[in-house]
Amino acid sequence: MADVLTMTVLLLESTVRLSVPLVLAALAGLYSERAGVVDVGLEGKMLAGAFAAASVAAITGNPWLGLMAAMLAGLGLALIHGFACVTHHGNQVVSGIALTILVAGLTPTLAIGWFQLGGQTPLLGADSRLPAMILPADARLLAFPLIGPVYQHVLRDMNVMVGLTLVLLLASAWILAKTRFGLRLRAVGANPQAVESAGLSVASLRYRALMIGGVLAGMAGAYLSIAHGAGFVRDMSAGKGYLALAALIFGKWRPMPTLFACLLFAFTDAMQLRLQGVSLPLVGTIPVQFIQMLPYVLTVLLLAGWVGRATPPAALGKPYLRGRQ
Amino acid sequence: MTRQTPLWRGPAMLTVLVALANLLAATLLVGLVILLVGESPMAVMSLLLREALGHGEGIGYTLYYTTNYIFVGLAVAVALQAGHFNIGGEGQATLGGLGAGLVGLALTGWSWPVAAVLAIMMSAALGAVWGAVPGWLRARRGSHIVITTIMFNFIAAALMTWLLVDVLINPGQPSPESREFDPAIWLPGMHQLLGWVGVTIPATPLNLSFLWALVCCVLVHLFLWRSRWGYALRAVGRNERAAVYAGIDPGRVTILAMALSGALAGFVGLNEILGVQHRILLHFTAGVGFVGIAVAMMGRSHPVGIILTAFLFGVLAQGGGQLSFDYPSITSDLVMVMQGAVILFAGAMDRLFLPWITALVRFGQAGGSHG
Repeated sequence: MADVLTMTVLLLESTVRLSVPLVLAALAGLYSERAGVVDVGLEGKMLAGAFAAASVAAITGNPWLGLMAAMLAGLGLALIHGFACVTHHGNQVVSGIALTILVAGLTPTLAIGWFQLGGQTPLLGADSRLPAMILPADARLLAFPLIGPVYQHVLRDMNVMVGLTLVLLLASAWILAKTRFGLRLRAVGANPQAVESAGLSVASLRYRALMIGGVLAGMAGAYLSIAHGAGFVRDMSAGKGYLALAALIFGKWRPMPTLFACLLFAFTDAMQLRLQGVSLPLVGTIPVQFIQMLPYVLTVLLLAGWVGRATPPAALGKPYLRGRQ
Repeated sequence: MTRQTPLWRGPAMLTVLVALANLLAATLLVGLVILLVGESPMAVMSLLLREALGHGEGIGYTLYYTTNYIFVGLAVAVALQAGHFNIGGEGQATLGGLGAGLVGLALTGWSWPVAAVLAIMMSAALGAVWGAVPGWLRARRGSHIVITTIMFNFIAAALMTWLLVDVLINPGQPSPESREFDPAIWLPGMHQLLGWVGVTIPATPLNLSFLWALVCCVLVHLFLWRSRWGYALRAVGRNERAAVYAGIDPGRVTILAMALSGALAGFVGLNEILGVQHRILLHFTAGVGFVGIAVAMMGRSHPVGIILTAFLFGVLAQGGGQLSFDYPSITSDLVMVMQGAVILFAGAMDRLFLPWITALVRFGQAGGSHG
């Protein structure tokens, strides 16, 4: 019985760990896509963030500077994406793919050129990685009844990025639902003509959404290289950007359902690591690849309307040309 | 009108100039990256060209890469002509390879022409299925093709891994690969083909698939611009609503376009599996599906443009892959930077240089009329 309990706790813990980059990247996609700009470049922004964070953390020894660098890298890519898609009305999918491929080639090239480690960055020591979540009131919290043990066993071991992600998620849900900026952002993704009629700039709103998304996607990458991992390795985002995009669709472009989708996908990821070669009652051994493809199959089914229906923001993917329908 | 305007002053000239401007911008960006890693851009790029075109073996490898790029370029182009964006080339090529590979495993003791024909059919069929399903989901269920094809890439990768790990693996072998096919059914290499008519060229992976790629270019051209279905396909791509009024069912066109697109991408598997590797293995597509986007974008979705662009990318792939022998800090990753940059400039920012180039062409025309 204790075994099952330990197993469950471990499984849930790795689910949370694996979900952090997905949640951050999906949030990034949420801002961008709710504003009407398709973001298939999440993968590239994550990878750029991972590389920037690991490089700066390796050089300066300061993980917080690394995190800043990741945010800037994501921001930079978001601005290029905006320049292509918002300013020049270019194809948003093409731009996202282009940036992803560019980053996939650029990061190992720069890594080899700067660090001569075959496309990796130097292995980071504990001091150069983002720390665990030890709150300022650590001692007092530990002494607290009930909350103390929970804090000690669940939160204290987790990376600070876990807490930060939770805060960002709640803040984003609030911003999108309750603030004027959030309302305008959603409006620009649903009906940009109406936004322009109200005297607001479609381009400016979309740029702002993209910039927030870039910063968040960069943070997702930083989590991979300087919190979860200890340095950058080639292609370390490994499709997580696309998985986050799937989670965003699975969550029907809404914050809380998207969180649920991220947790679900992270859970299947955590499961497949543990189910490798394990024989289950009734079904026998499930090939691990079938568990791996589950998130993608589910997303396809959802998009086809067989498991619920996901309706994208009405103006998603359409460049906005002033004065034209 | 087009008859009176000389080609170099007409829209074709504009297209070429825009493509060259995009290429120049991408090259400058790559030059900057080379500077960033501390090498000389001119030296690196001239070495790249020498390695790709300076000797027979290099040319063979360049054309072998070109073969794959023609297939995926045509694949993306056919979907683009119908107004759809197929980024599922990776998955479709994977399935195409599976089709060609199954033929290879099944036909022990046959002769290569039989295997070639069957493998063409099977790789086309499986690739077509992997393209047609997202097409069908778009046409009949309203799914977004971009997202569905991305998902299908991952599903194909997982499926192929499972097949090779659990089903098709050569027993007693550590890596997930099938057994080698009977050498009698391998697609003949170009050095063998030319050897039969008395011409000697170095042995390279370049094989019969290259000729098939050129045939596909002709077939795609005939289909798109000389057939009813091709007309319907382009009509839907230009203006879906008008096509509906003309009695065209855009849903059927979408499924057809995606099936054709998938079949063309599937031929990458023919080249790689039956032509080069001679066994089924993982990751043989190596991102080629995404390069198809660059090829189709820069080739303006036209077979001639695609052949030229595919050759350019072939040069980059071969030359770029050889750089690391002389420049340890520069690997084939640099080629990916170039590919990304070309997609960015030619695909997403294609209007960036257009005003300047239009002005330039107008200036040229004005000058021409006086002289």
